[in-house]
Amino acid sequence: MTTPLDQMTILPVILPAMAAAFLVLALRHHLAGQRIASIGVTLLLVGIAAFLLAQASDGTVRAYRLGDWPAPYGITLVLDRLSATLLLLTAVLALCVVVYAAGGVDGRGRHFHPLFQFQLMGINGAFLTGDVFNLFVFFEVMLIASYGLMLHGGGPARLKAGFQYVAINLLASVVFLVGVGLIYAVTGTLNMADLAVKVPQVAEADAALLKAGALLLFLVFATKAALVPLHWWLPATYAGASAPAAAMFMIMTKVGAYAIIRVYGLVFGAGAGPLALAAAPFVIPAALVTLAVGAIGLVGSRTLRDLSAFAVIASMGTLLVAIGLFDAAGLAAGLYYLVHSTLAGAALFLIAGLVQEQRGAARDRLVPGPAMAGETLIGGLFFLAAIALVGLPPLSGFLGKVMILKAAQASAIWPWIWGLILAASLVMTFGFARAGSVLFWASGPASGTKPPPALSLAAVVLFLGLMVAWTLAAGPATDGLQLTARQALDRSAYIGAVLGPDARLAARD
Amino acid sequence: MELLVAAAIGILTTAGTYLMLRAYTFPVILGLTFLSYAVNVFLFAMGRLAIDRPPVISPDAPGYTDPLPQALVLTAIVISFGMTALIVALALRGYLETGSDRSTLDAPRRTDAGGGA
Repeated sequence: MTTPLDQMTILPVILPAMAAAFLVLALRHHLAGQRIASIGVTLLLVGIAAFLLAQASDGTVRAYRLGDWPAPYGITLVLDRLSATLLLLTAVLALCVVVYAAGGVDGRGRHFHPLFQFQLMGINGAFLTGDVFNLFVFFEVMLIASYGLMLHGGGPARLKAGFQYVAINLLASVVFLVGVGLIYAVTGTLNMADLAVKVPQVAEADAALLKAGALLLFLVFATKAALVPLHWWLPATYAGASAPAAAMFMIMTKVGAYAIIRVYGLVFGAGAGPLALAAAPFVIPAALVTLAVGAIGLVGSRTLRDLSAFAVIASMGTLLVAIGLFDAAGLAAGLYYLVHSTLAGAALFLIAGLVQEQRGAARDRLVPGPAMAGETLIGGLFFLAAIALVGLPPLSGFLGKVMILKAAQASAIWPWIWGLILAASLVMTFGFARAGSVLFWASGPASGTKPPPALSLAAVVLFLGLMVAWTLAAGPATDGLQLTARQALDRSAYIGAVLGPDARLAARD
Repeated sequence: MELLVAAAIGILTTAGTYLMLRAYTFPVILGLTFLSYAVNVFLFAMGRLAIDRPPVISPDAPGYTDPLPQALVLTAIVISFGMTALIVALALRGYLETGSDRSTLDAPRRTDAGGGA
């Protein structure tokens, strides 16, 4: 029944898992070999993800049943446009990050590359899974690897920040399990397609219990996506981690956003009867506060890494405003912005890493320090990344924000959305301008450090090049993302692909 | 039995939440452990409480208990066990390197010491 090409769906999970084990067992003490193997595997992942996206862009939802156990009893992976798009984004991001790390950061602790591959396995799995409990498992795989990556390189401050990060995520996991337990108790299933069928049919007496479970789950995803007031872990974690680890973590906040789209767009989406759009009333207000907190924190930051972390919070706020609209136009604009903000945020963290290496004792604090080797180049790259993150023309951040503003006109509170997004952009411009002028203009004599490694610089240039390409491709990209958004909100296609056409008919009735 | 299980979950959650809010790493870890015990029992109870019923199909069974939550609990136990081991190691390293068991971030950030690359 299945052709070998259909088996490709599982590769983004299996390949990094095998690669990580191989790196630990066979190349334990060969950093050069680890680098080559890790870059090679990541390159292969880019290829696989591109193939899967090409496969998914014919508009069908593909269900992959592990061991051919029929859904909803077995484990199901689901490949559609949304998951394929995010797989490709993850692979491209990972390629740039691993090239940057090969410039020298990976040698400061042990096992950077195996941890990196394990994290890729968890992220890819979370994007592909069609089952809420497997989402939990892949979250945990991703988090365990991220704990290791976050602590990579050591140091007391990193250990303290790491403890908080691990503690808050363990708490989130506990809440996740309580939510999953409640949903299972009411519906008797955890398969997302089966849930989408059963949630609208829930007895009235059980609806409140199910809603409690759904909202507990929302708390977990909001924690991952750094939605205010659950964002407190993010600045310390991202600013405490090494530059490539922080850049890779950019996709982890997006996993939270993806889970919100999947669970609250599909399972508890518009067609879910009494529980339709269970989380929707909370998303946009919280996202607007997130945006404000990010912008204010950005201005108040004392180091470039803190500033980057608050820029990430602000961009998550903007993204979740778009997702919170829960319609196709908002989701398409949000997805365009999601790709952009992942690339731009990762570039900014890598630049912060370069700046920190170059300024001696001043590190990345926003105080006048010695001039950097390659200051013009790093300064130029920072300027581009700042423009992109603030959302000024001509880069993709501007286009993304315009699309979100346009889509937000459908919302009843659109004056608030417009006002806050525009005001936050202004405040962020001020924060970036201050940081840039202190770092690059108020510098003293050269510190005499070595110029940054060519590989690391190449990775940053690659990111900015990708962003320019994303800007130029805005027309075709938005056309594709419109279809992606419509497919992601289409319950009957998803249910039909996973459970078979009969269930699709039942769902329609 | 319902009351017993519900009370156990409630007490474990209360103790866990209280300990999680301490500012020292060791109580926080204990709190996390209590919470993960609570959630394990909770998940188990979500399959409904049934006594003397088999979880697998047999011809002379009067009824069945739901086997799925038991599988979920098993997974959850493995994960929380691994995570607890990790966070204990992490807290110990943090204590040995900074000489303090406090879980706040303020002290090292104010002097901007460490932080690595």
